[in-house]
Amino acid sequence: MLKYSLKRLGQSLISLFIITTIVFSLLRLMPIEGYFQNFDKLDDVQIEATLTTMGLRDPLLVQLKNFYVNLFQGDLGVSNIYRPHVPVLDIIAEKAPLSAAMGLGSMAIALALGLPLGIAMAKSKSRLGTGRRFLDKFWDKFGTAFIVFITAVPSAVYYLFIQLFFTDPSFLGLPMLFSESNPASWILPTLSLSLGNIAYYAMWLRRYMVDELNKDYIQLARAKGLPAKSIMRRHVFRNAFVPLIQYLPSSLLYTVAGSIYIESLYSVPGMGGLLVNVIQRQDNTMVQALVLIYSAIGIVGLLLGDLLMCAVDPRITFTKKGGAR
Amino acid sequence: MENQEIILSVKDLEIKFDLRGQRLNAIRGVSLDLYKSESLAIVGESGSGKSVLVKSLMGLLDANGCISGGQILYGGQDLASFTNESQWLSVRGKEIAMVLQDPMTSLNPLKTIGAQIMEALTLHRGLAGAEAKAAAVEILRDVGIPEPERRAGQYPHEFSGGMRQRVVIAIAVACRPKILICDEPTTALDVTIQAQILHLLKDLKEKYDLTTVYITHDLGVVANVADRIAVMYAGDIVEIGTCEEVFYSPKHPYTWALLSSLPQLGVKGEDLYSIQGTPPNLFQPIAGDAFAPRNPQALKIDFVKRPPYFEVSPTHKARTWLLDPRAPKIDPPAHIQKLRGLRPLLDPELARLAEEGGMLHGE
Repeated sequence: MLKYSLKRLGQSLISLFIITTIVFSLLRLMPIEGYFQNFDKLDDVQIEATLTTMGLRDPLLVQLKNFYVNLFQGDLGVSNIYRPHVPVLDIIAEKAPLSAAMGLGSMAIALALGLPLGIAMAKSKSRLGTGRRFLDKFWDKFGTAFIVFITAVPSAVYYLFIQLFFTDPSFLGLPMLFSESNPASWILPTLSLSLGNIAYYAMWLRRYMVDELNKDYIQLARAKGLPAKSIMRRHVFRNAFVPLIQYLPSSLLYTVAGSIYIESLYSVPGMGGLLVNVIQRQDNTMVQALVLIYSAIGIVGLLLGDLLMCAVDPRITFTKKGGAR
Repeated sequence: MENQEIILSVKDLEIKFDLRGQRLNAIRGVSLDLYKSESLAIVGESGSGKSVLVKSLMGLLDANGCISGGQILYGGQDLASFTNESQWLSVRGKEIAMVLQDPMTSLNPLKTIGAQIMEALTLHRGLAGAEAKAAAVEILRDVGIPEPERRAGQYPHEFSGGMRQRVVIAIAVACRPKILICDEPTTALDVTIQAQILHLLKDLKEKYDLTTVYITHDLGVVANVADRIAVMYAGDIVEIGTCEEVFYSPKHPYTWALLSSLPQLGVKGEDLYSIQGTPPNLFQPIAGDAFAPRNPQALKIDFVKRPPYFEVSPTHKARTWLLDPRAPKIDPPAHIQKLRGLRPLLDPELARLAEEGGMLHGE
């Protein structure tokens, strides 16, 4: 396990190195306007002088070396256009916590509502004979309708409806615009953000639970005399959650990235859309920093997911012998 | 046998399944007495209702199935009248336990063997912690798992098929049930392991004074373990008797047909016997003897009126009009009578020796 973890960690670092190197090299091909706030007003000599001071006229490998040296000192460079002369990390440190807080809140809601919904839906397919057929059937129909709606309708549509509906003064009159200090203004964006994940968790949990319910060991657990509730909790849910667990670290980490649509809808000053924004404005330093951060998130998420997975599923072993079966 | 204590008694049991609005009559009026400490084998082809019958004894029918008539008397209670789960929980695992067919899938892959046995121990014997653990290890040793202390901490995928079936058996006997139901316990195992598992089941039966019910379509298994045999066809027991009686003087045409299908009765070079036709459609009500349409020698009355049980001996009865005094005399097929001369056939070890000696193939 330890050996495997170290190996996976090493692989992750290599992937990260390759990604940043490629992105860094490609960004050298970008127009040089991206390093200047007032490109049009400068003459060629000034431009050339600035580029030289910034080290951009050095050979690519030297630039790359400098980039990594700075990176290890925690310096990702300064923004040139988005917010001139402000260190990239400062900008991110200001925005990321907000997105992350909102994202974590929405994930908590998604888990708190999505998992019970998935369980309730799976119960309708249960052969354990718990009674309450009608209620179970209702939750299955309701959940299916919800999942189909969320999946089929573009999120922009229902996000907009939620905003219009709940901010209506005659109904709930929740604040239309986000302000960090006003707790009520957190409700709508966080809730909207969680809808997609509620449907996702419910759908997959139901599916995996129904799979587990049809397995023979459930029959044996019943024959043992376990009550249906314990079977659901200790066997079915536990086993059905394993395939979902792999994606939790990734979704957790990606909350930092924020949601472009929600954040613009409620004017949340978060990370959502930052990458798109800086690409459009050709702020090269910002682009490379953000790509580095996002790919690091992606890779770390996958790594944690895999490690978590083999911690909870004893069948997955990574010994030389080839593991289980 | 008749002066033995009856531990469980099924009376006129009817079980129906609701399948897309249609009613399937899976069990059509089965009556059966199970004697204490005996070993009963229920045989019959797929779909004859063997599994459904025993599942109903533990309340393990699928949600769309229900007991629509009759009684299951056990320990002064009518199990057929149980409506809620807590009533069944007083029986399942504790009084009646079950071994399932496929050991590869009947254990939870994500729980250790020890934990899965302890689950039952905690539930029915109130053991916890170290005590439960010790008891689990003890049971594993009982079912012949080497190094039980170490094995208890392992997961199912670290066990072979035969070992897993031993674990399943361990779980079943962990709570000292009175009745052990083995639903095709050896079907999924390879032949060498089959004998070991049957041997183990026989040992445990003696050790814990279990009453065992085997479901199987392997007549070799039956001969090996059973005191009595019940032959099921289309949701009904058509013949029941001691092992000797059913094998050596079968009375029902279906039993004849079933025994004729024994590969050991075949003649080398000829096709094995198989029963013509298919089992009846259980969605429709069945008039008369369910086997009549597949029975070339069926009487007219077989198509009209369902035969009652005719008693051949105090332990042997069959549901066929052939036993009516007025019926024409129809002898069982000649090769069935050969069975009488083939006693060794029923003992697998002797059968093997006999086969090597070439005495079974009519050469």
